[in-house]
Amino acid sequence: MKKGKKLSATNRTNYLTYLGVILAFAILQPMSAAGKLSPTMQGQLVPICAYVVMALSLNLTVGVLGELSLGHAGFMSVGAFSGAVAASALKDAIPNGGLRLAVAMVIGAVFAGIVGVLISVPVLRLNGDYLAIVTLAFGQIIKSVVENLYVGVDGRGLHFGFLKPLTNLGQGGRMILNGPMGIPNITKISSFVAGFVLVMVTLAVIFNLVNSRAGRAIMAIRDNRIAAESVGLNITKYKMMAFVTSAALAGAAGALFALGQNTIVASKFDFNTSILILVYVVLGGQGKMWGSIIAATFLTVLPETPAMRGLADYRMLVYAIVLILVMLATNNPALQSFFARFKKAGEDKTVKGGEQA
Amino acid sequence: MSERPKRPPTKLVPVPSVNKIPERDINKAPILECQHLGIDFGGLTAVNDFNMAIGRTEIAGLIGPNGAGKTTVFNLLTKVYQPTRGTILLDGVDTHNMTTVQVNKAGIARTFQNIRLFSNLSVEDNVKIGLHNQVKYGMLQGVLRLPKYWKEEKRAHESAMELLHIFDMEDLASHQAGSLPYGAQRRLEIVRALATNPSLLLLDEPAAGMNPSETAELMDNIVKIRDTFHIAVLLIEHDMSLVMGICEGICVLNFGEIIAKGTPDEIKNDPQVIEAYLGKKREV
Repeated sequence: MKKGKKLSATNRTNYLTYLGVILAFAILQPMSAAGKLSPTMQGQLVPICAYVVMALSLNLTVGVLGELSLGHAGFMSVGAFSGAVAASALKDAIPNGGLRLAVAMVIGAVFAGIVGVLISVPVLRLNGDYLAIVTLAFGQIIKSVVENLYVGVDGRGLHFGFLKPLTNLGQGGRMILNGPMGIPNITKISSFVAGFVLVMVTLAVIFNLVNSRAGRAIMAIRDNRIAAESVGLNITKYKMMAFVTSAALAGAAGALFALGQNTIVASKFDFNTSILILVYVVLGGQGKMWGSIIAATFLTVLPETPAMRGLADYRMLVYAIVLILVMLATNNPALQSFFARFKKAGEDKTVKGGEQA
Repeated sequence: MSERPKRPPTKLVPVPSVNKIPERDINKAPILECQHLGIDFGGLTAVNDFNMAIGRTEIAGLIGPNGAGKTTVFNLLTKVYQPTRGTILLDGVDTHNMTTVQVNKAGIARTFQNIRLFSNLSVEDNVKIGLHNQVKYGMLQGVLRLPKYWKEEKRAHESAMELLHIFDMEDLASHQAGSLPYGAQRRLEIVRALATNPSLLLLDEPAAGMNPSETAELMDNIVKIRDTFHIAVLLIEHDMSLVMGICEGICVLNFGEIIAKGTPDEIKNDPQVIEAYLGKKREV
């Protein structure tokens, strides 16, 4: 009896989250197909999905692992450019848009994952806020690298150039990634359906990871590193597992995002974007996946509504204030005890009564 | 408090060295043997020349005044600190250069003086984390929910419930660990340590903050754990009724050095121990 109750406690939230996403899709997809959505909203569908996945994946690092990452847009960037280059290069090999998108997302995820491994090997051995510092630098480095990267394709295959434009493209060759100009003329193959699938896959990966042996280990490390070591958990391994999964999911989101745009440039994925995604996570609640989904959706749509257009210039300012207010509110003892009262009433009666008797 | 029924006296077999706690089973190598263990912090010698052996199913006590270095000994045994001098043999294997994780896998589990639970997780999850190295499936099997996942999770759930049963905590399984009362948190820490399948259990002040009836129950449970799992227990405790009641061998530490070893009766009457705890008799 107790067991059944407990299972539904964690799983109920998860199932409700799945259900919410499916419902949103079931409502929006027919509307989008029938052309009933406004053009702005129509254009926002794919970015919303991409940002939702970004928020979910960052929540894995921030909420579940308990480490701060300030360069999550960097992984999005890696995924976006590797995915877009792959999609462009594979245009003839895979004519089917959906399949090509899937391949591009996998490639984006793999590249972002590899970069995640490279970063986490040295950094995650350390304790403290080093990850925040390194990811902050990483975001800047990725931006600079991509802005100086040139990729072209011709009959002989892919050509890469760094710092100077390519001059050796053969007949019929074309530039795919053109340094600071980014990738122009992207064939839009991302669709709302693909975005929905990616969100669902991300949710499944995160929920299944969290509710498994590895997920428990990750949360144990978050809660108490010393105790986690004392029960024989390999700290570095599980930190890395969470961080790299998070990076790979961000890479897939990057590919989805890029292939829904006409052009992408490296400066799109800068520090501001990283902070933006962090705002989604903090606002939605650390460790709460449904919160991230709602916050990411809301904050992606809100600035595009006509009423908010005028405030677009103050966007980052508003987010900073929101972030500060959220932190003040969540650390406010009065508010905490206020919310705790609601929780306690339902949960802990048995423990308290039993022990005091 | 009413007098607890005494355990039948355990047979103590003296070992040749005066530096060792009496062995209960002389035919087998001790589970833990410390030889000349010592650590310095800067110029301060926290523990010096610590020699001790614990039998395979012995309940041993480590007592001493505050600041004597008892917890430091635990930290040395679990490799939170690397010893400056001396060796630790766990089941005859030198633990030199092992990490905390490796020592745990080799068979030492511990609890902490200041409780260190995974307080945001459920009671059951805390125990399952203790079972981590016995639950065998990889990350992919977990994410893809392959049959192995279900099988192993079911097994983990069953073992976790079995372990919680020792302290009658099954019905708290779904509660958040941090929300438990103090005594239950201490008990949960012991269960979590047991879940790692140790051969030596280190308990750092298990009765701290418990009332006399809880302490009496804890004493029964420690003996029950030893009898069920056939493991050795080394405990640090200030509650003398607990130490004298269940420990078969006691080691007294003062200023980082062992000042006495022996059975509870020997310790009670040792002049050096009395001096360390109560001070010297003034010469008139």
